[in-house]
Amino acid sequence: MTAEATPSLVGKTGGPAEAGPSAARGPRVRGTAYPRYVAGKLGGAAVSLLAVLVTSFFLFRLIPGDPVKFMTGGRQVSAEQLASYRREFGLDLPLWQQFTDYCGKALTGDLGTSYQFRAPVMDKISEALPNTLLLTGTSFVLYTAIGVLLGTRAAWRNGGLGDRLNTGLALTLYSIPSFWLGLLLIIVFSVGIGPIPGLFPTGGMESGGEEGFGYVLDVAHHLVLPVVTLVAVEYGQTLLVTRSALLDEMGSDYLTTARAKGLRDDLVRRRHAVPNALLPTMTLVFINLGRTVAGVILVETVFSWPGLGGLFYQALSVPDLPLVQGLFFVFAAAVIVMNTLADLIYPLLDPRVGR
Amino acid sequence: MTTTDPDEPMPAPDEPLVSRPAPAKAGPRALARQRRRASAARFWQRYRTHRSGLLGLAALALFALVALTAPLTVGSDVQSVTGAPGRPMESPSLEFPLGTDQFGRSLLGLVVWGSRVSLLVGLLAAVLSVAIGALIGITAGHFRGWFATVMMRITDWFLVMPTLVLAIALATVMSRSLGTIILAIGVTTWPTTARLVRAQTLAVESRPYIERAKALGGGHWHVMSRHVLPNVMPLVLAQTTLIISSAILAEATLAFLGLGDPTVVSWGGLLQDAREAGAVSAGKWWYLVPPGIAIAVVALAFTLCGRAVESVLNPKLGVAR
Repeated sequence: MTAEATPSLVGKTGGPAEAGPSAARGPRVRGTAYPRYVAGKLGGAAVSLLAVLVTSFFLFRLIPGDPVKFMTGGRQVSAEQLASYRREFGLDLPLWQQFTDYCGKALTGDLGTSYQFRAPVMDKISEALPNTLLLTGTSFVLYTAIGVLLGTRAAWRNGGLGDRLNTGLALTLYSIPSFWLGLLLIIVFSVGIGPIPGLFPTGGMESGGEEGFGYVLDVAHHLVLPVVTLVAVEYGQTLLVTRSALLDEMGSDYLTTARAKGLRDDLVRRRHAVPNALLPTMTLVFINLGRTVAGVILVETVFSWPGLGGLFYQALSVPDLPLVQGLFFVFAAAVIVMNTLADLIYPLLDPRVGR
Repeated sequence: MTTTDPDEPMPAPDEPLVSRPAPAKAGPRALARQRRRASAARFWQRYRTHRSGLLGLAALALFALVALTAPLTVGSDVQSVTGAPGRPMESPSLEFPLGTDQFGRSLLGLVVWGSRVSLLVGLLAAVLSVAIGALIGITAGHFRGWFATVMMRITDWFLVMPTLVLAIALATVMSRSLGTIILAIGVTTWPTTARLVRAQTLAVESRPYIERAKALGGGHWHVMSRHVLPNVMPLVLAQTTLIISSAILAEATLAFLGLGDPTVVSWGGLLQDAREAGAVSAGKWWYLVPPGIAIAVVALAFTLCGRAVESVLNPKLGVAR
């Protein structure tokens, strides 16, 4: 929502690189070398990651109540047993010592032990990560392609019926809660209403018992509905940003020149206007990728997809602090890494910025 | 609910001035007020040409009416579980146009009653978010130096946080209440506003009349409240309208994840109830459809209004009318 407003409103006051974390009037890197710029951005990202680590530790220590009580699920337990739980998870140590332990272990890739699974958090995360990447990756490719394609169409025929239908549909789908759309799709296409039989599985990632090519088909079959849900709610933003970026370009003189040369309309669009308009969209694409990994929580919950989002929901309901903490860190890290990538790539694409 | 009043599309900028007694003659204050009224009228003139913006405004007026008159039309006992009028999970009928839930309560009544919580939380969260954003944006733009650096560092840090995850985390660690939800949404969504407002503040403060005001002895407070604030107000208004719609979606999301106040009825909470009552696997689509449509329509209406306001302020956007 706001990201949609950001490029357009900021367009009045600042340069085209607004979307990245370089502040509105941040230090100009013009004239300095690119390596220095890269070093600055990487340093900033490292600081952000550290800040997230600190936050993830202290935020979840604010939970009122004894974490050990959550572990035992309200069962009657003897005092000795509680003490042994405390010792097992290092909760008997003073807070600062817990914190230094946590940071030290985090640097070596150890995020603690999950209360409910009694397994290292890192193992649970690395188990779920490929599934999330499969889901988000597929949706990401699809919604970016659809968004850019339709956004270009809409801007090129600005104000026409196609534009209005396109933008209207994108805005409508964008206003729909993803979990609601997911639930409806399950009812219509998995449970089946009226004459429609259940075409797709209601959830999960595989039916089991399949191997080789059959397994791939089975997973793809399970993938359809979650991907449709994600694409439907996410493509609107890409469409709107592409559209407004292209509209910004449309009045430019070089397009008039290109037309005056006698180029076909189609060529003017594909060779001249779109490549320039895609620059602001590129930033969004990376930020979106990071955001989608985090935003997948609901879709994974609704479709019981065995990924990070589903794990987060399970961890929340306990609450399983080490797991929530670790996942929080992973989600934030995904956004930070993607934002940094966008910052690093942008000056290479647009020579007006960052050199 | 200022956005639903068609006669005063931009009441916020002139409010602080209206409250002061006007001088008898046409002094500078009266002049300023006159100009603001003229610019508000001009704004409305342009806003009126956006058909989708008017549509959004009409939808909002309707929902505001439904929410405000809910105590008269359905009454608060619609949410009581004991003595519910119908049998559990009835399909839509003449008596219950949208069917009943697992306790036999009328779904139509619940959706109407739920609009109060959903709209209230959306509005308050957006106001909180924009207030924080505007405050930090203006101060960071006005006071340069270390203060601005620290503020913008904090903003950047919040900006890279995945908003939804942070809001969920906050809602998890605090007690289940509406205040928690408002706070969780408000404190996680302000950074974009702060960035926009800061950029605008810098642009305003570089103009000569600010220098004049400072030379005449205007202090920090004077410059920020009398010169910068009126200038960033339109931006803030557009931003509020857009954030309300994401705040309503966020409220529904948090309630759906079971992080909302379990004692009040909201649209997101209804969807959670439906899922827990097994409406999905039983194929009872009529339980799920109304709350979701309500969320989508209100979110869309606020988005349409926000886009219309945005394009009036910045006509280059070329939003379809």
